[in-house]
Amino acid sequence: MSTTATTPGTPETGDLLYSDVEEDLRASVRALVDKQAPWDAVLRRTDTEDPVDTDLWKRLTQEIGVAGLAVPEERGGAGASWREVAVVAEELGRAVAPVPFLGTVVATALLLGTGEDDLLAAVAGGERTAALAVGATRGAGRPVPVTVERQGGGDLLAGTVTAVIDAVTADVLLVPVSATEIAVVEADGDGVTRTTAESLDMTRRLTDVVFDGAPARVVTADLDHALRVGAAILASEQLGLAERCLADTVEYLRTRHQFGRQLASYQALKHRLADLWVAITQARATARYAARCAADDSPDLPIAAAVAAAHGAEVALLAAEDGLQLHGGIGFTWEHPAHLFLKRARADALVLGSADHHRTVLADLVDLPA
Amino acid sequence: MTTTDSPPDAAALARRVEEFLAEHDPASSDPAEFLRERFAAGLAWVHYPAGLGGLGAENGLQTAVDAAFARAGAPENRPRLNVIGLGMAAPTILRFGDDDQKQRWLPSLWTGEDIWCQLFSEPGAGSDLAGVGTSAVWDTDAWVLNGQKVWTSMAHHARWGIILARTDPEAVKHRGLSYFVVDMTAPGVEVRGLRQITGEAEFNEVFLTDVRVPDDQRLGEVGQGWAVAQYTLMNERVAIGGGTLPRESGAVGTLATRWREHPEARTPGLHDRMLRLWVQTEAARLTAERLGQQQAAGQPGPEGSGVKITYARLNQECSSLELELQGEDGLRYRDYTERRPEVEDYGSRDAGWRYLRFRANSIEGGTSEILRNVVAERVLGLPAEARADKDVPWKDLPR
Repeated sequence: MSTTATTPGTPETGDLLYSDVEEDLRASVRALVDKQAPWDAVLRRTDTEDPVDTDLWKRLTQEIGVAGLAVPEERGGAGASWREVAVVAEELGRAVAPVPFLGTVVATALLLGTGEDDLLAAVAGGERTAALAVGATRGAGRPVPVTVERQGGGDLLAGTVTAVIDAVTADVLLVPVSATEIAVVEADGDGVTRTTAESLDMTRRLTDVVFDGAPARVVTADLDHALRVGAAILASEQLGLAERCLADTVEYLRTRHQFGRQLASYQALKHRLADLWVAITQARATARYAARCAADDSPDLPIAAAVAAAHGAEVALLAAEDGLQLHGGIGFTWEHPAHLFLKRARADALVLGSADHHRTVLADLVDLPA
Repeated sequence: MTTTDSPPDAAALARRVEEFLAEHDPASSDPAEFLRERFAAGLAWVHYPAGLGGLGAENGLQTAVDAAFARAGAPENRPRLNVIGLGMAAPTILRFGDDDQKQRWLPSLWTGEDIWCQLFSEPGAGSDLAGVGTSAVWDTDAWVLNGQKVWTSMAHHARWGIILARTDPEAVKHRGLSYFVVDMTAPGVEVRGLRQITGEAEFNEVFLTDVRVPDDQRLGEVGQGWAVAQYTLMNERVAIGGGTLPRESGAVGTLATRWREHPEARTPGLHDRMLRLWVQTEAARLTAERLGQQQAAGQPGPEGSGVKITYARLNQECSSLELELQGEDGLRYRDYTERRPEVEDYGSRDAGWRYLRFRANSIEGGTSEILRNVVAERVLGLPAEARADKDVPWKDLPR
């Protein structure tokens, strides 16, 4: 029974806390990631030819099942929900883990609305990975530009998509060929050329993809919904990253002394950290609400996702930028992790739509026209 | 009145409310009598003990009881005029008062027959509240109080005031304080309106000159006043920080309404500010709801301080933008005449008044700077501010 008073136009908020099951899931993911991908290992990998930690991804998907959480059991998944997915995103954001989780989230949200159940089950089980081939900055609420065509209206694709995320190791690409259709393409098949780009975010590299006579299977799909779920989950990644930056900075300021005092004893620095903590409590509330709306397929998801993405982007950026600043000179060095978080936060504030994009979309949703 | 039964659950409370309403028709009852009967029936604040307006029920069950009485058109107990009595004085009396004090003060407090005020801040002691200088000296058969209090809401309506006063100037400042209840009608209590930047006198200064306070109006032990005051202030933070709010309520709602009604005022720059404030307010609303959920689940979080910092800033920024949207009209002001405002809805005032009044939001009830210290020290575990007043008798501190 709910005794909460709601006015028309205020949807019921639902549970914003973490369940015991979610906390257990968090602990499992954190234990694995801390062991397999501590920040120095993540940093070292950025200088290698293998930007994606495929071994960690295999263990995350096969031992914990992170790719199948939002997929019903009868379709090959774990039958949990986007709430649990969001908790995994927090943990992977906290570690800037170089695994194709966000791309998998978007692809899964897309495939759930199609009849591609064999592919969906393979993605859910971690046997295959799929990526939505749209430019990284495209967000929900506006049409995605179609840059790939079906040659002669048939089953061969031609065209180019630039700046795709999580396509480096993808087995399957999901390519928009109209506003309501995607083509399912084997990423290693004929007529597909992938080029991994040097990327601002070294832990989530971009791929430019050229299609030239690539064989495809075309199905109808709801692109907007997939991008929206992606934005909702991305907000949890940003939350995890922001919390990590705050924790690292608090730790550093407690340890370091200048002028004979702990840095953490200076009020100018304490107040910046307090403001950051307040901002993070808000990012948590908005991210949890967006995940709740995605899980329950709430009609409020468009608003919830836009609020969470717009707010989460700015909070993660603040945390990463202030975190680097408060570390002083050491924070500007390659051998310190601050830049890993800064680069991810800066990139995340554009991925799946910038904060400005989400606010512009909100203007329509909540009747605040330009 | 005592009971050995287990406390009533939601269903049992709903039954009791129904029975009460069957016996006391809200439409035909005298309002004061109705409220006294409701208190006697334990349906005032159901989590209070039996005999003191409650039934020892769970705290969370009050909302449904209040809603049931409101639906039936039951009289209100002046909750806005007596916000300090209900929100701060009552829990303190319940926690620190003896049986006589509880029976003496709680019934007329709850019914709204007696309004309460809080005499804490002084011209020389605001954020550093433990530095208060109002003295309380024992003389034969009573404490004699002398001093000046300020920022005292409701003092001009109040019958009673909770007051923090210094009983031992030789002690270190936190340890020399005691906590009393002052009869605001007693000789030597003078209440003067304090004119504020809005032009109005919403708050007061209270001058105390040889005010005699009997010892049975002391709450807590002599010298324990700081602990009692901390308890009172903890309830203030809860009252300000928690609760469920509808989307687009408060300052952003007024702003959004103006935005929708005045397309001619829109520019791209103002649009961006409008949307940012909308998003931030929605984030603050969800944060407050999450705080409420944590408290209901028995995990009282320290988020209350953060919620208050945020709402203060958003009120200020929303009213500032709203004023700006009005252009030339934003430069006019309805009325700077000094007057005593009744407690009223901020939404019914003009934007200029709101802009001015909201400047106080980041000062009253704990400045945003002090609240940042609270977050930094109690949540993040950062070192406390350096203290120049440690181990120094209060009388020797620079003032």
